[in-house]
Amino acid sequence: MFSRMFARTSFKHAVVEGFQPLIRHRRYATAASLNQTEVAKFAAMADSWWDLEGPFKPLHAMNPARLTFIRSTLCRHFGKDPFSARPFEGLKFVDVGCGGGILSEPLARMGASVTGIDVVEKNITIARLHADLDPVASSIEYRCTTAENLVEEQMTFDAVIALEVIEHVSAPAEFCKSLSALTASNGATVVSTVNRSMRAYASTIVAAEYILQWLPKGTHQWSSFITPEELVLTLQRASISVEEMAGFDFDPLTGQWSITDDISVQYIAFGIKNS
Amino acid sequence: MSRLIATRRLVSNIFVPRLATRAFCTDAPAKLNDVPSGSHFNKEPEGDERFMNDVPQHDIAIVGGGMVGMALACSLASMPLTKHLSIAIIDSNPALSNGPLIKKDDPPDPRVSTVTPATISLFKDIGAWEHVEQHRHAYFDKMQVWDYTGFGYTKYNARDADKDVLGCVVENKVLHKSLLSCLQNKDFNSTIYPTRLSSLSLPTRSVSSAGGSVSSTSSKNLANLAKLDLSDGTNLYAKLVVGADGSKSRVRELAGIKTTGWNYSQSAVICTVEHPTENFCAWQRFLPAGPIALLPIGDNFSNIVWTMSPKDASNHKIMNEVDFVKAVNHALDSGYGPRPESRVFGGDVLSSFFRPDVTSSVHERFEPPPKVVRLVSDRMAFPLSLMHANQYASKRMVLIGDAAHTVHPLAGQGVNMGYGDVSSLSNVIADGVAVGSDIGEVTLLKKYEAERKTANIAMMAVLDGFQKAYSVDFGPINILRAAAFNGANVFAPLKRNIISYASGERRLPFLS
Repeated sequence: MFSRMFARTSFKHAVVEGFQPLIRHRRYATAASLNQTEVAKFAAMADSWWDLEGPFKPLHAMNPARLTFIRSTLCRHFGKDPFSARPFEGLKFVDVGCGGGILSEPLARMGASVTGIDVVEKNITIARLHADLDPVASSIEYRCTTAENLVEEQMTFDAVIALEVIEHVSAPAEFCKSLSALTASNGATVVSTVNRSMRAYASTIVAAEYILQWLPKGTHQWSSFITPEELVLTLQRASISVEEMAGFDFDPLTGQWSITDDISVQYIAFGIKNS
Repeated sequence: MSRLIATRRLVSNIFVPRLATRAFCTDAPAKLNDVPSGSHFNKEPEGDERFMNDVPQHDIAIVGGGMVGMALACSLASMPLTKHLSIAIIDSNPALSNGPLIKKDDPPDPRVSTVTPATISLFKDIGAWEHVEQHRHAYFDKMQVWDYTGFGYTKYNARDADKDVLGCVVENKVLHKSLLSCLQNKDFNSTIYPTRLSSLSLPTRSVSSAGGSVSSTSSKNLANLAKLDLSDGTNLYAKLVVGADGSKSRVRELAGIKTTGWNYSQSAVICTVEHPTENFCAWQRFLPAGPIALLPIGDNFSNIVWTMSPKDASNHKIMNEVDFVKAVNHALDSGYGPRPESRVFGGDVLSSFFRPDVTSSVHERFEPPPKVVRLVSDRMAFPLSLMHANQYASKRMVLIGDAAHTVHPLAGQGVNMGYGDVSSLSNVIADGVAVGSDIGEVTLLKKYEAERKTANIAMMAVLDGFQKAYSVDFGPINILRAAAFNGANVFAPLKRNIISYASGERRLPFLS
């Protein structure tokens, strides 16, 4: 472990890496979004996607808050009735990095035609299995592929949603360009990730992985986190202008997440593709 | 392998059958589900639910179409996010199907409820209160509480808490009929199954890893839903089963939920009586064996709820009417102990100290309750107990109303707690629909449980405390109770707190 520390160029990296378990950064040139170590991490957890008490429990708990933000911003953007039970009827969405489908299924229930993609084959299998339990969700199209492949197929969607993905890809800037290419003109792009701040380190790595052990150790790497400023600039270079941003806050007494103005830990951004 | 999926009515307006690819099950024959020609229950020809394998599927099945079950149906029908849901109401009560008209000349039924202002606003929100107001109902804005020792009394006036009314007394059949009318007037997809629930099967584990079982999608869908078997042989599937079937809830029993509680060694005798003039106040006198309450019901009638030992209750039920009326007057006023002295506030050292905090009703003297002249209904008696379900929610099942909790009637809170459950559950369901959740998902239902359990347990603790405090006839305890009566009468903040908690404005006592 110490030899790795000294091999690093910057001291900051060394301090951070010192806390990491044995996962090494390796950048693969295959696709901008594929990072093999990340893929392996998620493949190991795939069976427990829908286990509400399992390692994905925090994500399930955060889901209503994320969906509230998405519903609110997208209804406003597309001019849909917010009191309708299925406001996204007639819109095409893509859930990039859909995992077990915990975001895709609610979006389908809200009326959208959802395509869910993920690079881990096991996730897609689990997602399809679970979606088949509900006739509305079984209309979701799940594919084991990357965003770049969809761009090559020249697919476009009304809304491209990539939640908690960008911190796991190896080249975030290229990834944002792919997301932008997938978004139809004047369509919506929603990205959520973790801020690269000390508070985020304390909560998502130290607290969540080591102390409370909600997530397996090594799920997140602080150096891959992206600050809101970086995200906005990266998206802007990809022709997406970020219109709204919100943070997520956890209340330990009720065990519920809520939307807040504080973007210092986890945050979500809604942007519009320039036409 | 391509396959047509027939989805349910939710999407039938805009939906076009779509093709989906599947990673496995390529050998399963393509199954085309279609709607059978005959339909069982009152359905419009347009086709309400798609029938998968001939068995109806609903979003929510409410077992028990009483006051609380119907209120939930109305509440869901009145909110834009939930009014598209397909509801099944399972209750064998014939009143639900053809609803007998309530004749205005009938004497009041002894089964009444005192609805709090919080419940009145729920009814107004769902559009049922206007129906209640067309029948007999009695608002009251004054209440007097005292006990047999004559040491103290408390007079509550709605003005003390800046309100118009403390509550409204309405017959249960009026509440029920109003909710039924309200539901029928709404364009809501609800089906009444006039039968009983005989058995229930709730799904255990949602998804397991891909095992090679080649089962068709429709049966996998159904395996994930709750299945209800009704006593007339029909089956139906639902995403969520709501147990609103009363204190001996079959749903709670079938779901295996245990309860905590105890029987009070008391029964309540209820009946309707008549006075020479109209009664506008609610009266409650605590006697050694239990309280007697006199509630105005409209015209010159009042409702009596008299708690006593079970043996006395059966005696009072069968004694002749004249003797019973004498016993009632004895219990309300002339017997068991002296009348409390009217303590008009003022004229001593303490009054100048407390003057700013004193309520206006402190100046009101003790009034004896109106005399009862005639019994106008049958007498009914039923045993009293405290019961609380250990869980309100589990996968695809939730309990509301008396199925989840029963209390002593001494503060008129029982059905109001049930309406609080209705309000909370319908908001939780609406929130779930707004974010595209599966409404039977246990994490969603646990939000309802967390909200209501705290409030219900707090209320039950307060009521049980009162019940125990008033069943002791012991000098020092009597003095303490008298002090409590006088204290509540005099100190405005305490009186306001009591009124606002009892009105349902606050979920928890003692927190402002």
